[in-house]
Amino acid sequence: MKEELRDLRFTLNGREVELKVKPKTLLLELLREDLKLTGTRTGCEVSACGACTVNIDGKAARACSILAVQVHGREVVTIEGVADGEKLHPIQEAMVNHGAIECGFCTSGMVMSARALLLENRRPSREEIKKAIQGNLCADSGYMKYVEAIEMAAKAMQGK
Amino acid sequence: MKDFSYAAPKTVKEAISVLAKVKGDGKIMCGGQSMLVLMKQNMLTPEHVVDIKGVSGLNYIRYSEKEGLRIGALATHSAIEKSPIIKKNCPVLAEMEDNLAVVQTRNWGTIGGNVCHGDPAADPPSVFIALNAKYKIMGPHGERLVAAEDFYKDYLEVDLEPDELLCEVQVPTVPANAGVAHDKLMAQKGDMGIVGAAAMVTLHPSTGACEDVRIVLTNVASTPFRARNSEKVLIGKVIDEKLLEEAGKIASEEVNPPSDVHGSEDYRRDMARVFLKRVTAKALEKAKQKK
Repeated sequence: MKEELRDLRFTLNGREVELKVKPKTLLLELLREDLKLTGTRTGCEVSACGACTVNIDGKAARACSILAVQVHGREVVTIEGVADGEKLHPIQEAMVNHGAIECGFCTSGMVMSARALLLENRRPSREEIKKAIQGNLCADSGYMKYVEAIEMAAKAMQGK
Repeated sequence: MKDFSYAAPKTVKEAISVLAKVKGDGKIMCGGQSMLVLMKQNMLTPEHVVDIKGVSGLNYIRYSEKEGLRIGALATHSAIEKSPIIKKNCPVLAEMEDNLAVVQTRNWGTIGGNVCHGDPAADPPSVFIALNAKYKIMGPHGERLVAAEDFYKDYLEVDLEPDELLCEVQVPTVPANAGVAHDKLMAQKGDMGIVGAAAMVTLHPSTGACEDVRIVLTNVASTPFRARNSEKVLIGKVIDEKLLEEAGKIASEEVNPPSDVHGSEDYRRDMARVFLKRVTAKALEKAKQKK
């Protein structure tokens, strides 16, 4: 019975994807190795660092700790699907303008956590922003810039 | 990770029949937030994974005065954390969820998966035991109810047959004269508790004496630890600092905590005393405020 491939159909960055996967394939492996979307990072692989954060049905989740088959029928957005073509998302723009970047390894995960937050809560308080990126580790401890950039993005998205 | 065969049943009935077919070689997965960590290290190597994340009719949170709170097994931690029903009728669960792991884990992990994992360091089992909750379990021969307290058998071992599925957590209405609290020792918010505690204190409406108390400690034994001998010291009395200290000391002698990088056995014993006191005092305060 083992090794049988499963049909998997889901929306990835706005496009319908249809493929076959082994049941044990993690969403992170599918994204990076099969689909070559390497913006989602492989960090700790044990649900501790948040570098692999993607959005599933608009919510932040860890691609390293989800079986790929579980996103069947769902909507997945990775860092590659955040910008609108050449135009950066306000979160990305704010991070660039504010220098909210150190080595960059955790950045895509931070953007994805921030995106999920702003989808749910358009006017987050500073505390709510901190809570939303609580599961994203930055080894350079560049948290303040991230928090400020997300605040700026929220304001920009409200047209302020 | 080892290979496994995979089934994704759509109904409870179908899930049970798949589990019965694979005869004990199957493992139920829902969010997989605890399970996948073990599977990636090959500490858990199921032949068959029965994924119930897509089973219909198990994702709900409802409340009625008569029946109390009913939480479907597939309710995510985030759903519980944010539910207006929970905030109104059992706020301790929302407070607990706020400290349970991080957003990403809470968004995908489910309450059913958490309580069935049987980790003695987990928060929900302790709170459910303090609240005198029951688990509804479905199997090939129908349903049965088991008290949360009786569900935990040993480290990662629970009272669940290979062909059974936990479907619902039933939390009785918290009495008007009772207060409930939960807290844990964390190096960082969202950590597993190095030691944790949950308590429900019920006060006599006129005398203010402790009518009933249920205290549960986490990560100090192979299962959630019900501090019965500590409770005995408090029942029937007007709880004060001296009694709490005595109750805490009893628990610190009775527990059998692990010793690891997060804390030595001695340290955990002392923290069992501290957290029993702190959390029971918090539950007491809440009970007093409600009067």
